[in-house]
Amino acid sequence: MDNRDSQEIRIGFYICHCGSNIAAMVDCPAVAKAIGKLAGVVLTRDYKYMCSDPGQELIRKDIAEFKLNRVVVASCSPLLHEKTFRGAVEAGGLNPFYFHMVNIREHDAWVHTDKAEATEKACALSRAAIRRVAKHKALEVKRVSVHPDVLVVGGGIAGIHAAMTIANAGRKVYLVEREPSIGGHMAKFDKTFPTLDCAACILTPKMSEAGSHPNITLMTYSEVAKMDGYVGNYTVTIKRKPRYIKEDVCTGCQECIANCVYKEPKFRDEFNEGLGKRKPVYIPFPQATPQVVAIDSRTCLNFKGGVLTDMCKKSCVAACGEKQAIDFTQQEILQEVKVGAIIIATGFQPFDAARIPQYGYGRYPNVYTALEIERLVNASGPTSGHVIMRDGTEPKSIGIIHCVGSRDQKTNRWCSKVCCMYSLKLAHLLKEHTGAEIYNFYIDMRTPGKGYEEFYDKLLEEGVHFIRGRVGEVTDWAASPEEEGKLVVRVEDTLAGYVRRIPFDMVVLATGLEPKSDAQDVRRLFNMSCGSEGFFLERHPKLAPVSTFSDGIYIAGCCQGPRDIPDTVAQAGAAAAEVLVLVDKGYIEQEPNTAFILDEECCGCKSCIPLCPYTAITFDATRKKAVINEALCKGCGTCVAACPSGSIVQNLFEDDEIFSEIEGVLAHD
Amino acid sequence: MTNDWSPRIVAFFCNWCTYTAADLAGVSRLKYASNVRVIRLMCSGRVDPQFVLDALAKGADAVLIGGCHPFDCHYVEGNYKCLRRFQLLKRMVQELGIEGDRLRLEWISAAEGDKVRTVINEMSATIRRLGPLGIPAKVEEWDREMEQFAAGIEVLESQAEPCESHAGVREGANV
Amino acid sequence: MSKPKVAFYWCASCGGCEETVVDLAEDILGVVELVDIVLWPVAMDFKYADIEAMPDKSITATLLNGAIRSTEQEEMARLLRRKSQFLIAYGACAHTGGIPGLANQFPREQILSFNYQDAPTVVNEAKLRPQLETTEEGRTVHLPRLHNVVRTLDQVVDVDYYVPGCPPTPKLTRAAITALLEGNLPPKGSVIAPDHALCEECSRKDTKPDKWDFSSFSRTHQKLMDETCFLAQGVVCMGPATRAGCEAVCTSGGMPCTGCFGATSRVRDQGAKMLSALCSNIAAKDEDEIEATLGSIPDPVGTFYRYGLAGSILRRKLNLPPDEQG
Repeated sequence: MDNRDSQEIRIGFYICHCGSNIAAMVDCPAVAKAIGKLAGVVLTRDYKYMCSDPGQELIRKDIAEFKLNRVVVASCSPLLHEKTFRGAVEAGGLNPFYFHMVNIREHDAWVHTDKAEATEKACALSRAAIRRVAKHKALEVKRVSVHPDVLVVGGGIAGIHAAMTIANAGRKVYLVEREPSIGGHMAKFDKTFPTLDCAACILTPKMSEAGSHPNITLMTYSEVAKMDGYVGNYTVTIKRKPRYIKEDVCTGCQECIANCVYKEPKFRDEFNEGLGKRKPVYIPFPQATPQVVAIDSRTCLNFKGGVLTDMCKKSCVAACGEKQAIDFTQQEILQEVKVGAIIIATGFQPFDAARIPQYGYGRYPNVYTALEIERLVNASGPTSGHVIMRDGTEPKSIGIIHCVGSRDQKTNRWCSKVCCMYSLKLAHLLKEHTGAEIYNFYIDMRTPGKGYEEFYDKLLEEGVHFIRGRVGEVTDWAASPEEEGKLVVRVEDTLAGYVRRIPFDMVVLATGLEPKSDAQDVRRLFNMSCGSEGFFLERHPKLAPVSTFSDGIYIAGCCQGPRDIPDTVAQAGAAAAEVLVLVDKGYIEQEPNTAFILDEECCGCKSCIPLCPYTAITFDATRKKAVINEALCKGCGTCVAACPSGSIVQNLFEDDEIFSEIEGVLAHD
Repeated sequence: MTNDWSPRIVAFFCNWCTYTAADLAGVSRLKYASNVRVIRLMCSGRVDPQFVLDALAKGADAVLIGGCHPFDCHYVEGNYKCLRRFQLLKRMVQELGIEGDRLRLEWISAAEGDKVRTVINEMSATIRRLGPLGIPAKVEEWDREMEQFAAGIEVLESQAEPCESHAGVREGANV
Repeated sequence: MSKPKVAFYWCASCGGCEETVVDLAEDILGVVELVDIVLWPVAMDFKYADIEAMPDKSITATLLNGAIRSTEQEEMARLLRRKSQFLIAYGACAHTGGIPGLANQFPREQILSFNYQDAPTVVNEAKLRPQLETTEEGRTVHLPRLHNVVRTLDQVVDVDYYVPGCPPTPKLTRAAITALLEGNLPPKGSVIAPDHALCEECSRKDTKPDKWDFSSFSRTHQKLMDETCFLAQGVVCMGPATRAGCEAVCTSGGMPCTGCFGATSRVRDQGAKMLSALCSNIAAKDEDEIEATLGSIPDPVGTFYRYGLAGSILRRKLNLPPDEQG
């Protein structure tokens, strides 16, 4: 590339009218005239649309004709058209970084009402750019190749769908899931709203397809421990927890489960929300993927030590026979994978209903969470789909309380988006299973979605009752004989205008969705941001809804905010598409705004080293100097501002460039 | 101070949050005071205290720094580094006789176009009330005490009149 | 050919710089041999009139130490500028304002009243002050007027080179004089010292940790210090923001660097830079906790600008009352 740093500075200045967007508030010819008088400016033009082809052509031609070696365009935000104009400058044969852009539309014409003031501001900003651009240096855009493999974190419906999409496009995917099986929350659901198709029927084929897909490496019972690198070249360390089963040998025959020394299931079954029991050796649910058992070392006798270990007959090992799939010596291992892009689909956690003690969850056995009901009405659930309460009876009356841990200043302020709909679904299913009288207590019914309002109408026709009001409390204190032995819901019926007490056999709490308790750890692990509520933050809610502020890292599903299955799948598809764009292109171009150390000048004071969040700065112990790995540097400039001897330079944002900008905006000439 | 005096505020906005928020304010056609001159940096962590002092020394009446909210920094923690420097810098410039209100740090996310307007309008009003900082003029005024020698005038004689306030003790003057 | 003429002059400074010239020891004899000293009030007797009578630019080099703080110093600086081919700001005070520059935090009246009346060691019941002019026995004597502002030499006259330090080391002084005599001069405006920071030559450098995470700072009298990096011990050391060349005499003598060599050529404001480096490395993220940590730097101006206030970007406290009297 040309090296004109030392030549006489010849600046071309262009001011764009942007139709009337700028020209209506800024006197463009006057700005051009004022700027034309500045040192180094050899040409000024005002033009209707600088970003148009003729506008760009103007720049190209002028560079040749007037031997320009710097270009300034005053128009819209650089976030919009900096690339465009850099391209035009490059097409004119100049290094694209001999260019600076002045934002006189978003930051000036559009926000001011006095033409003289707006014009003066345009002059000041342009003057700053003229001074700055004179200091600009030729820079090179670095291309970084992108590793073609992809990591998907979280094996719920979002992660499965994203992984499948990418794998079907021919790319290798690592699908990492914390639990022994993929499937996530959706695997626990019975039916899905509003179509009432069976969750398992639509999910499990996808699960097994993902499990057997040649392009998908399934890593269940695993967690990401560490991420290093940068977009296109991430090195991810995955912690593989020991399940004491050789995954590649186990055939899923489950003979070991039948032969466990525990004849009966004794331990809390997490998949069934504790409503059922399992043995220490178990498979989470019949359609689990992979079809591989796991041994829970917290409950298995073999791991108890001492006499207890001796009591374990290792009958599972015997049952496994020649396969020898059981391996009690398994240790946690750390596995490293290299990927170019990552999709985070770590999902949500349901609100802990016990946090609202007045609803009695945990105190009254017949108060259930919605997820528990999903298991109760599920044919493969702990009761084989019979709705039988903890006391063994079938409920004749059921109250469903909405917005538990949603739209609540004391707990979570946001609307969890899915609870109204799943409450309707559960009302329908419970009515179908039990014929009970069912009441919904809601604040507002929120049913925006295809076929959702129709589903609500259907429920109204089915005779489900709806009472508008936030429930005050659930109590077993009976105020009348008919309340005896029941759970009484006290609520202000805000439509009828009085406080009611309604007795029920069963109360269901429609718990909201909240960020996983370890979302902040995950955020840090992947250099993402969280919104104030703790869900991962998208780069732009509309323009980049699945991107994060870290290039190459995308989000899908409820980890970004509460959403239903259709939205989740759509978003997972979008994330997969973004990943494929990146991976198929094969390279990324890095903005050359990285920092570098002036090696001779650096005194090795180490002030900068801890400041870099990307560990791009290391200390060369032999030479006693700091060194910046350009590939890791993201160009924030924090170390530059902190270097006490001024020995770090940031390309495009050199101290001198910024000082001249300061001088320029304040100068009066 | 003349009536048509208008404060000059230099703003350092981070690319990802506050600069974008200012773009949003533009797109939303929010109207605010025109006396802010924004300098775009990639991160509020790039704000070197030297920039702030230099802006003041070159004639800014105030300096505004805009960065991402805590936890939201595009570069993870650049905003905290900015905050830490800012706190001491603000105290220090106050010790050097500059009103604290002339330095302001605000977390403005990309979604908060309205906050850009509010902050700039507030600041503009505050500085209007405080009046010009006018360091370049002050320096000129300070240097007036050197005018005599600078002009090469022999001044020793003309300086002969004593200080009025100490005239009473003149005869006893000792060094 | 006659020997090159050299002048030394002393403005607002403590005299330590003059000591350094003497500290050249026997080398001073070599210097004296090679040059004609035409002015050196601290050591030899010359008259103002002698200098004034010299043709302009007839002095090869003047090494002027001290800040410019009074009319007399200003007048001498201008005179010596006129008479010299090279004017060298010698020592921290001429270079960056030095300790006298700290007076830029106070109005002149406060300085005078403290020094002549209010200081606890002063007995001056009659509240006598020095006068610009006094007549005794028919003879009138004049005293220079104290300026409102303490200035670096280059804020008053054009300066060719700087020899930094409080005081400069004999080694640097020798290097500067040799460069002058041999005509082997760096570009005008250069500081004749290495252009990296002090840590480079500090014996404690290897004990510097990779992470600081400051939670509080101590001043030297508040803490027993060991042989490791002062910053590692939470003691503010200006080393990282200060030009090297002193061979780390303070840090090897058990005291942290206070910054007398000024900033490197890449830095416009030494204090701002040190502040930036230190604050960036504070552990706390919460405003109140940060404030608590920063509370242990009670005097940031005196800490970060001990020698550099007059030459810093802001130069002086801005809201001092105007004081037209001397």
